[in-house]
Amino acid sequence: MRLSFRPLRLILEVGILSSCCLLLRAAPPEAPPAAASQDIQVAKPPFSEGIFPCSNCHDPKAMPPNPKRRPLEGMHADIELHHGETRWCLDCHDLMNRDKLHLVNGEKLDFTSSQYLCGQCHGDKFRDWKVGVHGKRTGSWNGQKLYYLCVNCHSPHSPHFKPLKPMPPPTPPEQIGAKKGTRP
Amino acid sequence: MSQPPAKVLRLSARGTTTRRGFLGGAALAAAALAVGCDNSVNMEAFLQHNFRELSKEELARIIARLEKEAAEKYHKQIHIGNEPPIQGVIFGYALDLSRCVGCRRCVHACVKENNQSREPEIQWIRVLEMDKEKGVDLEDANQYYNPDLVPQEGKFYMPVQCQQCRNPPCVKVCPVGATWQEKDGPVVVDYNWCIGCRYCMAACPYGARHFNWGEPSIPTADVNPVTHYLGNRPRPKGVVEKCTFCVQRTRKGLYPACVEICPVGARKFGNLADPKSEVRYVIENKRVFVLKGDLNTQPKFFYFYGV
Repeated sequence: MRLSFRPLRLILEVGILSSCCLLLRAAPPEAPPAAASQDIQVAKPPFSEGIFPCSNCHDPKAMPPNPKRRPLEGMHADIELHHGETRWCLDCHDLMNRDKLHLVNGEKLDFTSSQYLCGQCHGDKFRDWKVGVHGKRTGSWNGQKLYYLCVNCHSPHSPHFKPLKPMPPPTPPEQIGAKKGTRP
Repeated sequence: MSQPPAKVLRLSARGTTTRRGFLGGAALAAAALAVGCDNSVNMEAFLQHNFRELSKEELARIIARLEKEAAEKYHKQIHIGNEPPIQGVIFGYALDLSRCVGCRRCVHACVKENNQSREPEIQWIRVLEMDKEKGVDLEDANQYYNPDLVPQEGKFYMPVQCQQCRNPPCVKVCPVGATWQEKDGPVVVDYNWCIGCRYCMAACPYGARHFNWGEPSIPTADVNPVTHYLGNRPRPKGVVEKCTFCVQRTRKGLYPACVEICPVGARKFGNLADPKSEVRYVIENKRVFVLKGDLNTQPKFFYFYGV
């Protein structure tokens, strides 16, 4: 009796396995990393004092937007753009609503979500940022964290990380005695 | 210290000294000396047990005494906590060598957070400057570099602190059991049990342990009043101290001070037992190594290259 069930069982098993394979193939790619799906808290973007909201000056009625690529004179002339060869202001800043940024596809972004804008080109860094490897987080290792945005460390206009003055080195051994006054 | 009582002196005035008489006299003298201190606090400190053997009541009494002593020394109210390890947590650390710029912000944040002596100077983190061409070469490392700006061309920087080994040679050699590995990972010291023999310093291959050769001093304004018994509480002269992954912060869920300060985000910290933690991601996805891995110390401190 038992033997006669074997072929049936085999057919069943093969059937289950193949349907599993199909399901696996149809499954969507890996779920997004935790950081991307959570409602994350980000640091304040490093605006110059009193500059935001930009619409205080860039009121479309008072100052009609000028989409022409040109060197800036007067306001914002202090900004030196060293970010790729061909970037200019309106690649990132939105023409019609200066309080927003925009992606390549035209989608508008708040300044507090600028990581998506940077991530368009710097995908590898953005991937690492989302999982907490690139960039900085403070707060709690097992709870609420504050994520530093790309622009908190890299000036978006000149993103290369600026050298820092190092804090004082430890006292070399030959100077320890001198400090205590036991040696000349 | 006051004079030994006359009763002890009389014992030796018997003329002939027998072995028994001598030993008895010596024992009495020792007791009399201890009592003669006329300072019950010193006596209590002298008879204090190892941290791991203390009952709750004993610990509370000792902490009260230590807080009082610290307040007298530093003219500031200091809180000494004794938060236990969190269940299911093993702390791990990862440091991105491709990001560190050698600015020493971590060194000085650590000194401040952990009440390290300013004079004589003690620093738990040392940042080594090495040549990119030579790679990690400890023979050719410089910890006293001081240019105007860092990083310097052609150099890279490697901060070294306690590696919180899972197989810690320092713990193995301690003759009195004054240092041990806690359940959540950090190797800690009971500063009241340490006898200052410095065997652990000789055993540590990372130079991560530091001895209080002189009476530690910290300006009152700079004393961090939030402390832990096994971490950053004020230490006496003659004991060894070391990094504890900021036990006073991490057991409350905070990042260590060096992680918080790092301006380039090179320092990562988290729970090794949690597969979703940042450190686990680093270990599983990046190029990782441990320092002096051939010594089988099994550090919980990992160096990695983020790029």
